[in-house]
Amino acid sequence: MSRARVSLLALGAALVALPLFAGNYALSVATLILYFAYTGQAWNVMMGFAGQLSLGHALYVGVGAYAAAGLFFHYGLGPWAGVWLAILLCVALGLAIGFLAFRFGISGVYFALLTIAFAEFTRIGFDHLDWLGGPGGLFLKVAQRDAWDLLNFRGPPLMYYYAMLGLCALAFGLCSRLLKSKAGYYWQAIRENEEAARALGIDTFRWKMLAMAISSAMTAVSGVFFAFYYNNLFPEQIFHISRSIEIILGPIIGGVGTLFGPILGAAVLMLVSEGIIDGLAALGWEIPGVKQVFYGVVLLAVIRYLPGGIWPYIARKLKL
Amino acid sequence: MTLLAVRNINKSFRGLKAVADASFEIPEGSVNALIGPNGAGKTTIFNMIAGVFPPDSGSIVFQNRSVHGLRPHQVCAAGIGRTFQIVKPFAALTVLDNVMVGAFLRESSAAGARAVSTAILERLQLAGKRDALASSLTLPDRKRLEVARALATRPKLLLLDEVMAGLRPTECDQMVEVFRGLNREGLTILLIEHVMRAVMALAQHIGVLHHGEVIARGTPQEIVRNPDVLESYLGEDTEL
Amino acid sequence: MSLELVANVVVAGVLTGLVYGLMALGLSVIFGVVRVVNFAHGEMMTVAMYAATVLFAALGLDPFLCILPVAVAFFFFGYALQRGLVNAFITRPEHSQFMLLVAVAIIMTNALLMIFGPSARNVQVDYQLESFEIGGVLVDKARLYAALAAVATAAGLFAFFRTTLTGKAIRACADNHLGALVVGLDVKKLYALTFGLGAACVAVAGCAMVLLVDVTPPLGPTYTLLAFVIVIVGGLGSAPGALLGGVLIGVSEAMAGLFVAPSAKGMFSFGLLVLVLLFRPQGLLGRKP
Repeated sequence: MSRARVSLLALGAALVALPLFAGNYALSVATLILYFAYTGQAWNVMMGFAGQLSLGHALYVGVGAYAAAGLFFHYGLGPWAGVWLAILLCVALGLAIGFLAFRFGISGVYFALLTIAFAEFTRIGFDHLDWLGGPGGLFLKVAQRDAWDLLNFRGPPLMYYYAMLGLCALAFGLCSRLLKSKAGYYWQAIRENEEAARALGIDTFRWKMLAMAISSAMTAVSGVFFAFYYNNLFPEQIFHISRSIEIILGPIIGGVGTLFGPILGAAVLMLVSEGIIDGLAALGWEIPGVKQVFYGVVLLAVIRYLPGGIWPYIARKLKL
Repeated sequence: MTLLAVRNINKSFRGLKAVADASFEIPEGSVNALIGPNGAGKTTIFNMIAGVFPPDSGSIVFQNRSVHGLRPHQVCAAGIGRTFQIVKPFAALTVLDNVMVGAFLRESSAAGARAVSTAILERLQLAGKRDALASSLTLPDRKRLEVARALATRPKLLLLDEVMAGLRPTECDQMVEVFRGLNREGLTILLIEHVMRAVMALAQHIGVLHHGEVIARGTPQEIVRNPDVLESYLGEDTEL
Repeated sequence: MSLELVANVVVAGVLTGLVYGLMALGLSVIFGVVRVVNFAHGEMMTVAMYAATVLFAALGLDPFLCILPVAVAFFFFGYALQRGLVNAFITRPEHSQFMLLVAVAIIMTNALLMIFGPSARNVQVDYQLESFEIGGVLVDKARLYAALAAVATAAGLFAFFRTTLTGKAIRACADNHLGALVVGLDVKKLYALTFGLGAACVAVAGCAMVLLVDVTPPLGPTYTLLAFVIVIVGGLGSAPGALLGGVLIGVSEAMAGLFVAPSAKGMFSFGLLVLVLLFRPQGLLGRKP
């Protein structure tokens, strides 16, 4: 499908060249879009590939963020060390949740509730963890540098943009390869009909656990980025269920289980919502909650009329 | 050589005896049928062999190795493939991808899996529909897909659960030919069937199940003359 | 820590728990019959609470007097929501239905934020500051009245399902969808009716709750999760289970607030949810799934 390949290369080139045309504000919006595209892709592995609806993914972002931030705050260890701890902890959590859910036959809505419960439990728990700042938050020293300090992940907005772009590209490549491999086939089989999958020799428990591990590991990296980009962490915010819902909006609107869905969804949501807010601001209105109402309406519309997501619809129209 | 030996297996569900002290043997390379009225326990026996749940007592030995208590994916890996009475296609995947899922059990690369799957699809006359979504198939094609998928796991023994149900006579005959061909190449088959046309055409040995018990065993000629079988089938819907 | 104090706290927990139970009952009825996970349940509760504050501010109506108009309005809203939106999703995969109501929840919560702003609202009536003394235990008047309203509503709902023809028809739909269709029941209408009833329960619970708690928009998701914890702990499809679950959660919250840090009480509920999901998914009084 060379039409698709050409489009992909064009998109990649456009994203790489974007900073030439965009100011710092636009760049930060673009970075945020890529952040949600990446995190959405990570969530997609669990849901779109293995069919397990996680509504508590903020858990991994939060644990990843706090792990790396904690190491930096208390021991001065940079994000390149912190990311390993973040991944380790998140994979352990993901496997624990997976083990409990799959061994005890919890699926569907109950699985979603289980993930919510874990995220909420952790949120309240971290509120009481004074070693990591407690409810008042954990603050990392911000050093405004124009030079790129990759070791400590400090630099101008441009650096963060390219870092996120790189992560997105890696995620895309990884998921693309996974989809075409035995793993991808097995996961989709499990998603479609677990009983039939078992009858074909698939150890569904093992493969679902693998999806949990990969998804949580990828999301951990998201958390590390978050920590060093925003430099302040609050349990109430980072673990909150609205963060978890934000993560899944992109993939659901863009198209669950597809490669481009999360990216497209994140872009559409972010661009249009920023547009609405800017429009309102121009009229002199600043109303909290407008953006989220917009998200809700778009989600409603997509689920109602384009249940497969926007991307499959567009792909059909453009014959990609 | 006996490929599968089922000895004295029992299964009760909340006090209701579904299978009572059933025993039979499947010789290697043969085609066997398990027939009997609805509710006789045939699918329960299949499910026990396939590892969906274990028998309450008794033994199931496959290739001189006990498969009692193995989970379904382990049973498949051991060489027993199965289809389901109500077909379970992977609806959102293409026909080819469906079969590839099965092929990946024995093939490690996608290319290898694709090659094996394409060959099997040819065999079952589904090659023309390889890129169609499984959800778009008619029932006879779905049945063929179900068989193709199971075959992709390269089983030694194939369990077919009422695969002829809903097929027209010509379609039924086509399937019978496919199974005859596979059997000639060495595949052992155990089928549950109500469609006597297929049973008589295919099976070398037949076991008759009634109220969970094996009431008769023998060749097709012996079975159709057996008075117990005729009695238990009175009023039952069979096609000859 | 005196026994008296503990007794007061437990009683308060039980009474609050009964109101929680009514809210959860609405969820249980909706899930048990229509089989849709109403992820907007807590948000509906919050809207009811806001409605009561608005009626109180505008007309001086005591929240208990608000119950009737708000419940009627919610009944129609629930009916319309089911008929107009949710119905199309009955045959869709579970996560689709779920996300639909998540979208509704998001819209509700943030619409409230847009209209009312983030600061808390409440009602102020005299009897909120008064209490009875029953057998040496101090019982808040407002809390007692709220609990009584909850129990009365639950009893009324229970009677409806047991004795009226419509109620039995709804139970038939819950037991066997296809069978109900075959027998000629207008399942769509009955589903809508059920959703309306569930919404009405939430309305009553909300009007009662606003006497006990200040309302802010983020309360919505909190109550949704609380309702789910209660329904799962108490048992899906069991009316007494919802009330029992509510009381359990109410008491445990109160106790956790007393013995541990008040903010940690949520942890207890979620821990309980995990345990129930793992070891007894049918809850205390529910049927085995």
